Amino acid sequence: MKRLDDRGRIDHDHSFEFTYDGRTLTAHPGDTLASALLANGVDVIGTSVLMSRPRGVVTDNVTDPHAFAQVGTGSVTEPLMRMNEVEVFAGFEAEGRLHQGLLPTERESTRFEKRFAHCDVLVVGAGPAGLSAALAAADAGSRVILVDDHPHLGGALLGGEKLIDDKPATRWVADVEARLRANPDVTILTRTTAFNNGDQGAVALMERVTEHLPEAKRDGRALRRMWQVRTHELVVATGATERPLVFADNDRPGVMLAAGVRGFLHRFGLVPEKLVVFTACDDAYRTAIDLAGAGVDVQMVVDVRKDPQGSLIKRTRELGIEIRDNAAVIGTDGDADGVLTAVRVASLDGGVPEAIACDCLAVSGGWDPLFDLHLHVSGGSRWNRKLVGFVPDGSLPGIRVTGAAAGIFGTAGCRRDGHVVGLVAAEATGHGTTADGPAAPEGHDANEGPTADFVDVPGTERIHAFVDQHRDVALAGVDRALGSGIHHVEHVKRYTLVGTGTEQGRTAKVNAGRLTARHFGLDFAEVGISNARPLAQPMTFGSLAGRSLGVRFDPVRTTSIHPWHVAHGAIFEDVGQWKRPWFFPQGNEDMDAAVLRECAAVREGVGMMDASTLGKIDVKGKDAGEFLDRLYTGVMSSLKPGRARYGVMCKADGMVMDDGVVLRLADDHFMATTTTGGAAGVLDWMEDFLQTEWPYLDVWLTSVTEQWATVAVVGPKAREVMAVLAPELDVTQDAFKFMQLEDAVVAGIESRVARISFSGELAFEINVPMTYGLALWEAVFAAGQPFGITPYGTESMHVLRAEKGYFIVGQETDGTVTPLDLGLDWMIADKEFVGRRSLRRSDMLRDDRKQLVGILPVDSKDRLPEGAQLIDSAEYEIPVSMIGHVTSSYESSAMGRTFGLALVRNGRNRIGETIYAPLADRTVAVEIVDAVIFDQEGARRDG
Amino acid sequence: MFEIRCPYCGPRDEPEFKYGGQAHVAYPADPELLSDEEWARFLFVRDNSRGRYAERWNHAAGCRRWFNVIRDTGTHELVGSYRVGEQPEDAR
Repeated sequence: MKRLDDRGRIDHDHSFEFTYDGRTLTAHPGDTLASALLANGVDVIGTSVLMSRPRGVVTDNVTDPHAFAQVGTGSVTEPLMRMNEVEVFAGFEAEGRLHQGLLPTERESTRFEKRFAHCDVLVVGAGPAGLSAALAAADAGSRVILVDDHPHLGGALLGGEKLIDDKPATRWVADVEARLRANPDVTILTRTTAFNNGDQGAVALMERVTEHLPEAKRDGRALRRMWQVRTHELVVATGATERPLVFADNDRPGVMLAAGVRGFLHRFGLVPEKLVVFTACDDAYRTAIDLAGAGVDVQMVVDVRKDPQGSLIKRTRELGIEIRDNAAVIGTDGDADGVLTAVRVASLDGGVPEAIACDCLAVSGGWDPLFDLHLHVSGGSRWNRKLVGFVPDGSLPGIRVTGAAAGIFGTAGCRRDGHVVGLVAAEATGHGTTADGPAAPEGHDANEGPTADFVDVPGTERIHAFVDQHRDVALAGVDRALGSGIHHVEHVKRYTLVGTGTEQGRTAKVNAGRLTARHFGLDFAEVGISNARPLAQPMTFGSLAGRSLGVRFDPVRTTSIHPWHVAHGAIFEDVGQWKRPWFFPQGNEDMDAAVLRECAAVREGVGMMDASTLGKIDVKGKDAGEFLDRLYTGVMSSLKPGRARYGVMCKADGMVMDDGVVLRLADDHFMATTTTGGAAGVLDWMEDFLQTEWPYLDVWLTSVTEQWATVAVVGPKAREVMAVLAPELDVTQDAFKFMQLEDAVVAGIESRVARISFSGELAFEINVPMTYGLALWEAVFAAGQPFGITPYGTESMHVLRAEKGYFIVGQETDGTVTPLDLGLDWMIADKEFVGRRSLRRSDMLRDDRKQLVGILPVDSKDRLPEGAQLIDSAEYEIPVSMIGHVTSSYESSAMGRTFGLALVRNGRNRIGETIYAPLADRTVAVEIVDAVIFDQEGARRDG
Repeated sequence: MFEIRCPYCGPRDEPEFKYGGQAHVAYPADPELLSDEEWARFLFVRDNSRGRYAERWNHAAGCRRWFNVIRDTGTHELVGSYRVGEQPEDAR
């Protein structure tokens, strides 16, 4: 196309260079990538996805089926950016990748922002309807947000030569914009796409903030900003999109949509040399009229309708443009690059086709109202035979569709309807009344004839007559789908991929649906089109994530002792949001070596670990004991103050939910500990029962996880370390028994000390206020030096507890394991508790349930992978029946061999038997043993 | 994203809340008296109806209170909220 110096909204006086596919091209401020490519004679922007056919720009908006480019280079590149949305600037770089983009290799958390906003009325679309609605609502006193995806307000008025009140429509747009900008309760967002509508007026917007500016002018601001708006009333004024007609070689560069051709003239001053218009409706005549007015040689208007009437047709005739009615373009010709050189026109009644030379064919098959934001919240649609398009059906609370989106196409009609909708929306938010509001604007629209219900040219060659240019689906592809017995439009979509492209098949879906209906002799109104789902436009993940990346993706929780762990080279494990030391490697140790050393220290000397992340819930009130009795399988109310008891709780279905030690601090005061990852869920669970089932109980729950730091001193020499740390505390066995609590001064800090063990060894857990955690830890480490005290992490903790057969929630359990499966029959007290009834459901009483057992590989050096399946015999053929799986598997320093825990069908009755773990490279024989493998008599816990 | 009215705090965005399933399904007073089938019905079976539905929500990132909401499952209209101990007709 060539550029006219006196047309368009671009800055003709300035120009700059940019790069496309490595070529240096020139553009003006205000150009989109699409307009700049057309102006530079880049007719072929890339090739199609399946057939590798040359393709060009089809229209001037985001419905273009393949105007997509890779924008930016290196690590900050973005794929599949819409060429009609992307604005070029000096130094801009892009590559023609129409169907498959490249992902950025680096995440930059500063490129995208998010914000929230509330308003009374959100108006999406700033054409005649949207502007009128926004103005009416704002004048009535509503807080209004008006968004439009273009850089300028005006919508379809920017792409035409319409008059409003006898003046150019752009004058009216400027006047309305000035009035809106003068109102402090109005926010105008241009370059902004409303891409999702949720419930209760939750609309998501994407604003292109600095994306259109060169790097130097971005001033550190984000490229894009996502707005999450909560609006009382939503006005959908998103206009309509033009659909093409289907004929052979309709995908040649140069074949464009009629309103797009008009738009490129009015917005960018771009015109072809010779134009032919092919249409099924009156609107395309505007393209012929406007381009003829710009000096373009308009060869002919080919109209599929017989004897069309109306003012636009009359005006076209007056300009001396030939109109060929009851005719169609049956094919196109191109040059060596495939670019359009001529069209072949024939009467629909037959006859010899005539070749007409042209470099642009402007096609219009009619208009599809665009109302995705209504459809996102289950709004209906219905086929309007008169408009030959879908219109919104029914109304949704708080959502009003207006203008072309509602099937109202004339400018005057749009202004009137938008005005009324704006008043109604304002009234719904308590501002003004429709009765007393200002009168609707006057004016009436030109009389337009009906659109023909016409999709494909009869008898056209079907292999290259495209229905969906993005997916390269031609009539032949649709034929194949329909011929295979498919008869639902959703199935046609999935079989052919019609309408599934990046541009969401805006130009393809309605035509595909009509072809389907016709094939089966059905009424299209009954067949309908495939669903429109969010998002209304694809958005890159980066712009949806905003700054919520890396450390800002999820909170990181650390204990007050964390800096010591970091300084001493701990390798960390994520447990929920907590960072816990996994192991503390010394020198060149790998994980296995570190864990063996740490475990040996605990079993033979003394170790210490940071247990501060364990969940801690304060349970207070006179009914606290009763409350806990109802939730734990065991009895807690019989605990004496100063004593502790291990407890397990189940979900109502009887499956193990969490476990931990419950400490009784006073008659009306307990502290329940939970697993690290389960703390929040257990508190929620407790609150649920307290608030909804037993609100009459006098109980108060408080999370104190982050209030207490806990250091465990563990091992045969733990008592000696404690004696140094707390000289006034009597740590002898007679004075300080297992599961006993003592308030004591430890290392000068007021502490609560408990004899609790998760390793089977003599252990003291010292609890201090969280802020003293690091001081306590350092004091314990110093006092333990003469005894070789060894800090250990979660991996050693797991090995030590597994040696003792102590299960871990989430490792041995997975929501299908009951306390009975774990062999905890002794913990089921004779009283009611949540989930108890489930334990005698028939399924729970089966004798082939998987039960927790220990396993010892016959080869004592072989360590099984956790999750390995278990089977009955060494020789097997697939499929083979699985009888269980390995839940934990480690190497034990204390036993000098590998071992594991497993859930095995009827396992407790099979102790002593050998079963097998079939692995990819070997089959391992394992002996079933008691879950408690080490220290079965429990001799070590008292030191 | 729903806008849910917490009876204690007022309207807030859905991410502040946690869903709790169908409302008015009490934990049986004496589970031991129930047959396996009756118990299973309590455990596993909930209404899945179109139209107005009473359901539990917890204002997890707010006051942490449980309350009930009447939601139209066909349109996602949130008809109203009411406190534990109140009845659906108290919803507002």
